[in-house]
Amino acid sequence: MAPMQATFSFLAAENLACRRGDRLLFRKLSFRLEAGAACHVTGANGAGKTTLLRALAGLTTPYAGEVQRKGALDLVDERTGLDPDLPLGKALAFWAKIDLDSPMMFDAYCERLGLNNLLDVPMRYLSTGQKKRAALARMMIWGADIWLLDEPLSGLDTASQALVSELVREHCSYYGIALIASHQPLDVPGMTSFAIENFAPSDAEEEE
Amino acid sequence: MILALLRRDLAQFFPFTGSGAALPTVFFVAVAMLFPFAVGPDANLLAKTGGGVVWIAALLAAILPLEKLVARDIALGFFDQLKLRGATEEAMMAVRLLAHWLSFGPPLLLATFPAAALLKIEGESFSILLLGLLAGTPGLAAIGLMIAALTASLRAGAALSGLLLIPLALPILIFGAGALARADPVSLGFVGAISLGLVAIAPFAAGAAIRAAREN
Repeated sequence: MAPMQATFSFLAAENLACRRGDRLLFRKLSFRLEAGAACHVTGANGAGKTTLLRALAGLTTPYAGEVQRKGALDLVDERTGLDPDLPLGKALAFWAKIDLDSPMMFDAYCERLGLNNLLDVPMRYLSTGQKKRAALARMMIWGADIWLLDEPLSGLDTASQALVSELVREHCSYYGIALIASHQPLDVPGMTSFAIENFAPSDAEEEE
Repeated sequence: MILALLRRDLAQFFPFTGSGAALPTVFFVAVAMLFPFAVGPDANLLAKTGGGVVWIAALLAAILPLEKLVARDIALGFFDQLKLRGATEEAMMAVRLLAHWLSFGPPLLLATFPAAALLKIEGESFSILLLGLLAGTPGLAAIGLMIAALTASLRAGAALSGLLLIPLALPILIFGAGALARADPVSLGFVGAISLGLVAIAPFAAGAAIRAAREN
């Protein structure tokens, strides 16, 4: 699972501003994460965490500013990308076929996330927490350099929450980068954090 | 990645493997079966009007799979994940177009045999009908894909896509059914040309549409 070329990967935002509809969510947001760094983004519902992550992933165009990165980037949010009609094993196997070099690791990742007994169950019968773990398994299978995690802990039981922290710690020790938007604390030593509200425009600016 | 994607898309849309994907073909045959009951068993009348009915049935059958064609995978975050892996929206839509046509065109052509038998279409008209559908279904699939991508983020998208497809498919219908009425194979060339043009622009139009759908 060691990310390739990990020592060189980075993720940086410069003067980033994003809108949703007509509303400016945040502006003048700059940061730079070097290989091995983890960062925790906090903010109330609707503050713009998801919008930030999607802009960083390059899925939406920011209103202003620039995102720079080197290395493969994976995003885990509430949408799993796994076919609801397929059994979990087959849905994961589709991504494994694209992402994974050694099929041996597939079982190891599934076991680690406690999915081994669920591989024959269609995705749509899985619970919220099980779906979340399936999405994390998809992320592990790819092993991209940069992980963007949107509420990775929601819906997970205590043991699985600890597992997420453990995965992030491991990822960073292999020179991966993790940016986590979450309301709950994660147990990752050396993790920086910022609140997205600090970059919200003041009322005066919004008038303009 | 393209091959894995094509295989997945095909598995999803192909009759009997995908969920309810045989419906358009069944619908198509059902229309051809009902028509003789409605107008009576007069073989001359059937042979004269049957070709047009087959074309209308094909057009309506093309509307049925649109609902699941794009919207489902947007909601699933499937295209987002492909995008993160470096695939372009245009490539995703080109693969989807191919899979959509393969799961809808050839079964429809096969179903034309029983449909034509029910409607007493024989001889030269039958071969013109078959060739016309062969030339026209890629165009119908391309229009369908563009509309499905454009309406994917709308709430009433499914109903709207049906309404949108009908006027856009008119040129194919006019030349395709016209070739039958005048027993004139030249019109089939027009159908093929329209289809080719639509197939050429569809991946770009649909790709731009799903990119735009992300922004809100």
